[in-house]
Formats: sequence, structure tokens, C-alpha cells
Amino acid sequence: MDDGFYQIWVYLSTTPLLGLTVTLVAYQAGMWIYTRAGLHPLLNPVLIAVVLLVGLLMVTGTDYRTYFDGAQFVHFMLGPATVALAVPLYRQFQKVRRSFALILVAILSGSATAALSAIGVAWALGASRETLLSLAPKSVTAPIAMGIAEATGGAPSLTAVLVILTGILGAVLGTWTLNALRITDWRARGLAMGTASHGIGTARALQVNDVAGAFASLAMGLNGLATAVLLPLILGLIF
Amino acid sequence: MTLGFITLLLVFQLVGEVISKGLDLPLPGPVVGMALLFIALVIKGDAPDGLKDTADGLLKHLSLLFVPAGVGVMLHLHMIREEWLPISAALVVSTVMTIAVTALVMKGCCRFTDDESPKESHDG
Repeated sequence: MDDGFYQIWVYLSTTPLLGLTVTLVAYQAGMWIYTRAGLHPLLNPVLIAVVLLVGLLMVTGTDYRTYFDGAQFVHFMLGPATVALAVPLYRQFQKVRRSFALILVAILSGSATAALSAIGVAWALGASRETLLSLAPKSVTAPIAMGIAEATGGAPSLTAVLVILTGILGAVLGTWTLNALRITDWRARGLAMGTASHGIGTARALQVNDVAGAFASLAMGLNGLATAVLLPLILGLIF
Repeated sequence: MTLGFITLLLVFQLVGEVISKGLDLPLPGPVVGMALLFIALVIKGDAPDGLKDTADGLLKHLSLLFVPAGVGVMLHLHMIREEWLPISAALVVSTVMTIAVTALVMKGCCRFTDDESPKESHDG
């Protein structure tokens, strides 16, 4: 019995099917828990899936390369999905054409604050160069942030996790921060959430108010573009 | 989701990659593709329904797509163990600061130029 199972394991562990399947299963387990918990930001489905999969790989002694041979089919779709972000960005852009210049100023300020404050704090506390470069794009939506990290010498997979943690922090701390500052304009609240914590912040803003959600979604797209253009220049000046 | 629009997205990505590599830009190819598609939509003045459906279908499970890369964090566990303090401090401080700066700049801009800004004088 055990021997038979072992043979099947040896076979499966060398095919891409296993990596692909466990990725989908882990993500759906994450979604299940997240939905059951009333969409609580701390129970982010991606974070749950990553924890489950890292646990599984460690317990079975599988290395990341072997897993990625299967999971790369999911990973590949990040490219076309990033291009597809232009469609919701355009949809939001149409609605706010008139005040676009103001919005751009606010998002650019947020974009620069996100990168510079993260680098500054981590540097002051002695973080390594690779950590600093991986941290810099952490407020940007994951597919773009990972591309930026790759282009600037950070570690894209570390960036992916830092991006998710930033999203969760923004969703948890955003309302508190905005209330403390007495920001009552839904547009400003949405922009702030989308700029600081991308899709997770946008989802949180949408739960609270439609206008805030639309502005958060616009901010997420524009901050992605702005950071991709500006961060390499900023990093060039610092490093 | 239609094959034609999936092909269109891949073509924009491919053109983006060629421009990014060809001009040696620090921008990721898919981001260049995204910017080009956005410009194309602005020029055209409308997004076809089929493209909207394809994009929505692809983006519905966007978060699934970065799970494989996220699992790669297992290669950096030692780094996180050594640098958890600077990392967590940077994340918390930077997230709160970014929210504050973006919201305050937007509020400041609206106060000077916008007439449809909701009344804020009563609560503060």
C-alpha cells in the first residue's frame, strides 16, 4: 500500500499537473475561508493560499523550482492580465476627465511618499539593499510591482508578499487614518486607499462607498503606471 | 472571453516587451502594453464590449495569478527572519503616510478648485 502510494507520488511530483492543481485548490480554500469570514481583510485569500502552499512544499520536501514547473501556467497569465488593467483604468478615467489633473497630483504625491518612506524607514533600521529594492514598489498592484522589482533588482516573490501585506495593512488601518485626519470627501478617501494599498484597499473602499471604490480603482491603475515610470528614476538617484 | 480579444491583449504585451527590451527601458513589458492599450482606448474613445468582457474575465481572479510567485517567498524566509523589524516598520509607517499624504493633497486641491466638493465645514 504505502509503497504503491510512494510510486504514485514519485510520478506525480515530476509532472506539472500537481503544481498547477494544488495552486488552484489552495487558492479556492483561501477564497472559501475569506468568504466565510465576511471578507475580513486579515484573512486575505492569497495570503492563506501562500501559507498553505509553502507549508505543503516544506512538509513534502519539494523545492520551489519543481512546484513552479506546474504553477507557471497560472503565473504566465499575469502578463495579459496586467495589460487588461488598461480597460478598468480607462472606464474610471472617462468618469473623472475633468478633475484628472488634480487627481494625478494627489496620486503622484502618494506614489512618491509610498516608495520614499518605505525605503527611508527600512534603511534607517538597517535593511539590506535587496530588501529595500523589494520594498520600494509595495503599494503598487502585485503584477506591476513584481515587474518593477524584477526590472530594478529586487526579489519579485518577496515583493509579491510585501504587496499583499501592504494591502492588508491599508485595509485595516485606512479607515482609522482617514477619520483621524477628518477626511470626509469620499473621492479623497478612495484615492488614498487605492494609492496606498492597491486592489485590497480598493475592495475595502468599495465595501464602504461606491464613489470611494471608483476613485480607489482609478488610483490603483494610475499609481501602478506612475510608480513603474518614476521608481527606476528615484532609485537611480538614491543607489 | 473571446479568442480575438485574448490575442489582442497578448499582442499588446508582446509589443510592450519589444519596446521595453528594444529601448532598454526599466519599465516591465506588460506595463508598457497596458499604457499602450490605455492610450489606444482614449484615442478610440470607447472600449468594445468584447474587450470589456475579456478583461473582466481575466481580472476576476487576478489575485490567483500572483499565488505562484508569492510562494517563492519560501526562498527568502531567512531574509525575512533577519530583517522582520525594518520590513514591518517600513510597511506600517509607509502605508499610513501614503494614505495621509494622498488624501490631504486631494483635499487641498479640491478646496481651491472644485465647486462640487461635499461640505466639510460642519464636522470640524
